[in-house]
Amino acid sequence: MIEFLMPSLGADMEDGTLIEWKKRTGDSVKRGDIIAEVETQKGLIEIEVFDEGIIEKLLIEEGTKVPVGTVLALIDPIEVSLETKKEKPIELHPIQEKTTEGITQEAEREIHIKASPLAKKMAEDHHIALFQIKGSGFDGAITKEDVEHVIAQRDVIDKEKTVIETEKTVASSEAIRAAIAAAMSKSNREIPHYYLEKKIDLTKALTWLQEANEQRKVQSRLLPVVLFIKAIAKTLLDFPDLNAIWDNGLKPKKDINIGFVVALHNGGIMVPAIHQADLKTVDEIMQTLNDIIPRARAMKLRSSELSDGTITLTSMGDGGADAVFGVIYPPQVAIIGFGSISEQPFAENGMLGVRSVVNATLAGDHRATDGLTGSQFLNLLARNLQKPESL
Amino acid sequence: MNEDEIKKNIFQLLKKIAPDTEPSVLKPDENIRETLGIDSFDALQFIIALNEKLGIEIPEKDYGKTNTLSDLLSYIMNKIK
Amino acid sequence: MENPVMNTTLTYREALKQGIREALQNDKDVFLMGEDVGRYGGAFAVSKGLLQEFGEERIMDVPLSESGFVGAGIGAALAGMKPIVEVMTVNFSLLAMDQIVNNAATLQHMSGGQLHVPLVIRMGCGISKQLGAQHSHSWEPFYAHIPGLVVLSAGTHEDARGMLRLALLSPDPVVLFEYTGMLNLEKEVAVDSDILDISKAKVLKKGKDITIITYGIGVYKCLDAAAELATVGIDAEVIDLRVLRPLDEFTFLASVAKTHRAIIVEDAWRSVSVSSEVSARIMEKTFYDLDAPVLRLCGIEVPIPYPAHLEEAAVPQIQDIVNAVKKMIHHD
Repeated sequence: MIEFLMPSLGADMEDGTLIEWKKRTGDSVKRGDIIAEVETQKGLIEIEVFDEGIIEKLLIEEGTKVPVGTVLALIDPIEVSLETKKEKPIELHPIQEKTTEGITQEAEREIHIKASPLAKKMAEDHHIALFQIKGSGFDGAITKEDVEHVIAQRDVIDKEKTVIETEKTVASSEAIRAAIAAAMSKSNREIPHYYLEKKIDLTKALTWLQEANEQRKVQSRLLPVVLFIKAIAKTLLDFPDLNAIWDNGLKPKKDINIGFVVALHNGGIMVPAIHQADLKTVDEIMQTLNDIIPRARAMKLRSSELSDGTITLTSMGDGGADAVFGVIYPPQVAIIGFGSISEQPFAENGMLGVRSVVNATLAGDHRATDGLTGSQFLNLLARNLQKPESL
Repeated sequence: MNEDEIKKNIFQLLKKIAPDTEPSVLKPDENIRETLGIDSFDALQFIIALNEKLGIEIPEKDYGKTNTLSDLLSYIMNKIK
Repeated sequence: MENPVMNTTLTYREALKQGIREALQNDKDVFLMGEDVGRYGGAFAVSKGLLQEFGEERIMDVPLSESGFVGAGIGAALAGMKPIVEVMTVNFSLLAMDQIVNNAATLQHMSGGQLHVPLVIRMGCGISKQLGAQHSHSWEPFYAHIPGLVVLSAGTHEDARGMLRLALLSPDPVVLFEYTGMLNLEKEVAVDSDILDISKAKVLKKGKDITIITYGIGVYKCLDAAAELATVGIDAEVIDLRVLRPLDEFTFLASVAKTHRAIIVEDAWRSVSVSSEVSARIMEKTFYDLDAPVLRLCGIEVPIPYPAHLEEAAVPQIQDIVNAVKKMIHHD
């Protein structure tokens, strides 16, 4: 008589519950037949029988939990016929590793540009987009040499560029209007703006500026907006969430590139970026303005200047409106506005005086930041403008 | 340099700073910047240009004395003398 | 006045013998034990004449039991001797692997630093000539895998002569791979070209276009390949790793950072090999300096065939190296 036991279905199994017998007393079974279902910690498992014979007796009732090794049933063995089964011979193959010629996915090839890590790094350092480089490496990969080639060519192109771009950008004012319309509509559609305003006393800043300008030749005089730009850049160092873009989530930017709104004489605006404004001195910012404002008005900007902005500043200049509430330029998450500077009655320490005052505003993307952040930003901006000498 | 010559120079420089405008239509008492839509940056460029062309330096505190064409003319005439 | 460099021509076999003789002369605690190293003069005639010169106490024939005599060597080392144990070839070293891996390599660690095993195990390695699959192994990667061992590979005549003396100074067990396929190879060697360290890889040829990293039997092949590449304007740097454990990564990483390309050449099978390790480290530490994927030329993953032409085709040859480098640089 063969004893059929509760099998161990893994080293961690101590017992099992017999849920259902699949065979009855008197049934004949052969190797591989399912004799019962057993519930274990790993779920309901079908139990096979490994012998051939007739079930003599089922010893355990359905629903009983028993330890591994318990006799569940008795099987009466019968003579196994010795008829030789014709088994298909197993084919013998040497074990061989499959080799692949590097992984290339056809589908990806269209969008993924192959470039060596070194080439990628060089291209990034030189602000060259990979799609502008033709790869000469294996499988069309971009190599160091290819990048060097483009860098060498660029110097030549840069010289010609101004000419070409003038021709190209006899961009009609309609085209500019359309571009503004598209960007601003997108902004208004997608960005939930919040608006904050802060009145800032500029007396100290303007006094400092006046004294500074007295020392200077007319060619190197500074405009108040330079102080605004520098103060914004300095303040942003403490508010990385405002110097950022929104691209399926907030992505703070390392460089502080302040997009500066330049009004064109025939209508329309251009927003060239002042790169890394936090690292520039006020004089360098003024030089940058002297460079980019005329080029913006002549529409001779470089693509990096048009696309690198991480935040925008719109400044009304003197004689303009008192305050401006900007529309964020997507994918940026904030725009700062400065109204025109004016003399106003200003109360401080219980005294009333006349001060030069400007209304600074912030329009923020409410997906990215909340009013508290914006408010703290404007407060620090105001404080920074009280110390023009350390800007 | 007489007044007409100075005026001619002013118009030339303004035209260069703000090419889309027509300075010659300016009336003597009109605010130059408001009429021509010149912002503070352009204004500074204009003052730099006057300096380079006519050799006169207008300090910041005198900006208020150069708002209209007639003011500007008399200011420059005074300086040149 | 400069000393004129005196050169002498010698075979790899002679270089090995000079190294052993010098080691025996330098230190009375050093002795050589192994199968047939005495009366027969060594299976490859490396120790011929040493028995007559140094006597039976120091040149010891042992029974054919790798596990037994390597174990005896470990015991002698623990007792203060400096044994040179010759395991005839790497192919038979599997029988002694338990002694090497479980005793020699672990005792310092398991005794809390109280026990040292200053033992040098020499093994003939690699393909010789038509010795069949089970006698043609390149198993440097096995031993390079084991912490506790120092693993050296003598790919040049200088190292064949000089590595042993320095290996005997190591407080840790050293596995020294020698190459039976090079025994009869003659090279010109400076008379006083004593090597000074066994901790660093060596740049054998400077170059700027690509770094060829190799060891053992690959060294002279790569140097020959580099010479041929120079004729087509490719300036290859050739590095002999020399020390397979602990790996001197600084040398090859610095080179790759300069050339921006790397190819690794070895006879051992590619999977889980020394080149796997070198390649991984290059990727980990110089990724942004790479201008091309790291390439490996290794043994074809089959038991080494017996027929001469197939045997030759199973491991990288000079022309394979030249072609691979050209393809990498000229992309054709």
